[in-house]
Amino acid sequence: MKKPPKRDLFPGALEMMILQILGSQPSHGYALVQHIKRTSRDLLQIEEGSLYPALQRLLKEDLVKAQWGISSTNRRVRIYRLTAAGAKHLEREVSSFERMLEGITHVLAPGES
Amino acid sequence: MNWLTQLFSRPRIYGELSEEIREHLDEKTEELVAGGMSREEARYAARRAFGNVSLAEENARDVWRWVWIESFFADVRYGLRMLRRNPAFTAVGALTIAIGIGANTAVFSVVNSVLLQPLNYPKSQELVALHQIAPGAAGLADFRNGLLLSPSMYFTYAEQNRVFQALGVWISNTANVTGLAEPEQVRTIEVSDGALQAFAVPPAVGRWFSQEDQNPHGSERVILSYGYWQRRYGADRAIVGRNVLVDSRPREIVGVMPQGFRFLDAEFDLIVPLAFDRGKLILAGFGYHGVARLKPGVAIAEANADMARILPIWMDSWSNGPGSNPHIYETWKITPTIRPLKQEVLGNVGEALWVVMGTIGLVMMIACANVANLLLVRVESRQQELAVRAALGAAWVRIVRGLLVESMLLGLMGGALGVGLAYAGVRFLVATGPANLPRLSEISIDARMLGFALFLSLLSGLLFGLIPALKYAGQRTTLALRSTGRTISASRERHRARNLLVVGQMAMAVVLLVSAGLMIRTFEAFRTIDPGFTDPQHLQLMRISIPESLVAEPERVTRIQNEIADKLQAIPGVKSVGFVSQMPMEGFDSDWDAIYAQDKTYSPGEIPPLRLYKHVSPGLLQTAGTRIIAGRELTWTEVYGRRPVVMVSENLAREMWGTPSAAIGKRLRELPNTPWYEVIGVVQDVHENGVQEKAPEIVYWSSRLGDSHDPGYVWRTMTFAIRSDRAATEALLNEVRQGVWSVNSNLPLASVRTMQEVYDKSVARTSFTLVMLGIAGAMAMALGMIGIYGVISYTVSQRRREIGIRLALGAQRGDVLQMFLRQGAKTALVGVAIGIAATLALTQLMRSLLFGVSTQDPLTFASVAALLISVALLASYIPARRAMLVDPAVALRYE
Repeated sequence: MKKPPKRDLFPGALEMMILQILGSQPSHGYALVQHIKRTSRDLLQIEEGSLYPALQRLLKEDLVKAQWGISSTNRRVRIYRLTAAGAKHLEREVSSFERMLEGITHVLAPGES
Repeated sequence: MNWLTQLFSRPRIYGELSEEIREHLDEKTEELVAGGMSREEARYAARRAFGNVSLAEENARDVWRWVWIESFFADVRYGLRMLRRNPAFTAVGALTIAIGIGANTAVFSVVNSVLLQPLNYPKSQELVALHQIAPGAAGLADFRNGLLLSPSMYFTYAEQNRVFQALGVWISNTANVTGLAEPEQVRTIEVSDGALQAFAVPPAVGRWFSQEDQNPHGSERVILSYGYWQRRYGADRAIVGRNVLVDSRPREIVGVMPQGFRFLDAEFDLIVPLAFDRGKLILAGFGYHGVARLKPGVAIAEANADMARILPIWMDSWSNGPGSNPHIYETWKITPTIRPLKQEVLGNVGEALWVVMGTIGLVMMIACANVANLLLVRVESRQQELAVRAALGAAWVRIVRGLLVESMLLGLMGGALGVGLAYAGVRFLVATGPANLPRLSEISIDARMLGFALFLSLLSGLLFGLIPALKYAGQRTTLALRSTGRTISASRERHRARNLLVVGQMAMAVVLLVSAGLMIRTFEAFRTIDPGFTDPQHLQLMRISIPESLVAEPERVTRIQNEIADKLQAIPGVKSVGFVSQMPMEGFDSDWDAIYAQDKTYSPGEIPPLRLYKHVSPGLLQTAGTRIIAGRELTWTEVYGRRPVVMVSENLAREMWGTPSAAIGKRLRELPNTPWYEVIGVVQDVHENGVQEKAPEIVYWSSRLGDSHDPGYVWRTMTFAIRSDRAATEALLNEVRQGVWSVNSNLPLASVRTMQEVYDKSVARTSFTLVMLGIAGAMAMALGMIGIYGVISYTVSQRRREIGIRLALGAQRGDVLQMFLRQGAKTALVGVAIGIAATLALTQLMRSLLFGVSTQDPLTFASVAALLISVALLASYIPARRAMLVDPAVALRYE
């Protein structure tokens, strides 16, 4: 059997993307998956199931909150929203991620030392 | 969210999660259907995209769990289920562990209460025994107690020291109590001022002795032991102030010591004051045990230095009478060597106990190896199950942990059973342990012991569980799934772990059996030594004491002793009777002093070597079976006539005059100013302190000395020895009692036993170690045998088809038999070789327990090796025979 594609993302990356999406608009699980697939232009292989443990972690840390509601397609869905703590957390995560990315880029860039 | 509300909202959270995931799949399916897929296909596609649904859900739920603890409990539940499903395996495993843990816990509880627990006195670490040595006093090396204290020494130490809170001397004795019921001989402790204060255990009733009670001219007092108070006075609290007749003199009871109070290891009935008369003391009289309590923070070395400082003061303050030189003791080189009281109580028993503890530990390891073997077999038969679990996404850590939890559960079950066994074992040990094992009565099952059993259970579970778990961890699951099919013969590698375990078992069995064998050889060596008496089973002993208060005149004492001997002699079946101050190995405090030979010259102030003094009646040596080497035994005429005659031991005669016969007619005396005594007999050497100790030089005086120096001299406490085939029978003892009481009805009989019992007690440490090692060795051998049997028979069952093919292709049945026998023999040989190497190193540790045998005794090593190899062959023969009888048609039918 296939192993979950955990290696494709570093730990916390999925959570960061979820928070980012929820920051712009509250949405439910399926919509989140679709959104990630669409915006990443299918470059990120995410097993849809792996979304849910991530969502539960965020719920537990009070970074998001969830509410049952009706979706645009008239389905009963659980809609997640960013909390104030979530917004702050996202900001920190993104800036530290950008620093890391910058560092890696420098190292990988040819000719510079 | 705090953890409590989390706990209660969990069912809701899980419900919502499931619903959410279901909705997700539905939504995806709907979307795909709308895109033109069939509903069936769409559902599969949705699931594929989602991944492992239950794993994702499980992972999501885990977020809310205390993962470690909960999965641990799941493992426990699973483990219990697996154990329940294999009752035979569980029973064998748990029983094996139970035996190991039971034996270990029992021995540990002995080690714990005997060696580890402090003595039962307040701040017992401050208590010391005032031990001292005197290397300059020849002959003293034979003293078990070093140089004891003299009363004058006690006074000087007590008054001059700067290091002790309290200091006293004591001696154990016996006394006759009359006037209550039958006359009774009781055990007494005589104490000086300071001894009870040093122990600092307050009395249960009444008070201690005060300084005033030590006045030799004051009224006489006594303190009762708790046991005696219960037994004789029914625990009457109003007892204080009443009188009791001790050696026919009234003594006022001033107190009762609490339950469990002992004087070092001595049990006693009464404590009486020593009441030294200061005016009459001289330097000599080294007969008292010193005990003291150090001031807080004072080290033993400091106390030794302080006592050494006081010794010259002692020599300046006292004398041995007019004209004697008090400084002759400088030549003795008296050196204080204070010992912690605990060391004094334990003596040399520690080594034996540690050896036993070590061997029992080895048995435990062998038991663990056996269970590990069982587990290995089981893990192999469970490979398919484990492979399936791994394939379903279980992490290997989780599977290994599951296996470990299972083995630890087994360990705990064994431990619980083991504690029950240990309880029985402790009773057994207390009943069979050496009578001289100190603190035997303090042995009990306590929390520390239960903790030890728990620790052992978990440790053993971990040990024997780790082997299969690690072995499993190294395996490929895919391989496992495939190879559990029928056609493959077991690979060599699969047997390696099991073979290693069996080799280890054999090696440990060698260690234990050789140790036991060396103890047997020690016992044999004991038997080849002539102890100085014969046929101890038919030598009845008892002690009779005639106190001065009952019979004052020395002459009368001798008459009464003679009359008793005659009465006993007249009993049917009694061959001969005699009495002596102490029989060999009885262990009473003995009498040591110097002798001066007439044909030797001594420089002024020179003290010749000390010799053991014994006081004997005519006929004693013949009764005991002690041979006369030259000359003759003492006669009654010489006793009553107080003739100046004496007998000496062979080694003394040889040392002084070269040969036994040369000693006859020579003369010797006790002090430079006492009369001469003529040597009339030379007696074979007697191993007075046990067969493993050197026979001391002995002077045999008459029980009544013809000494103008001290006309009142008579030995009042005597061991009577009766040579009779009826020894130890109740009938004989009754007639003996009647005989003694017909002479004087106030005389109690004490220490009634046979010489055999005395002898057994003197070798108790050896026999105890032997029995323990023997049991451990037998267990090790049985477990090792089961181990080899298990491995071979498992191999046979795994290789049935291979054997079938071999036979079908024309192999001889004998070849098949040989093949398996060879495997068993090879394993055993390797194990025995390793074991012999380990034993050569380990037996060094038990050197002090051995006697007359080398730690590398070839006979023992060879016989153990031969025994183990033949046992191993036997154990492999049974399954090998089964292999030989394999019917190729049946074995191959299932292909």
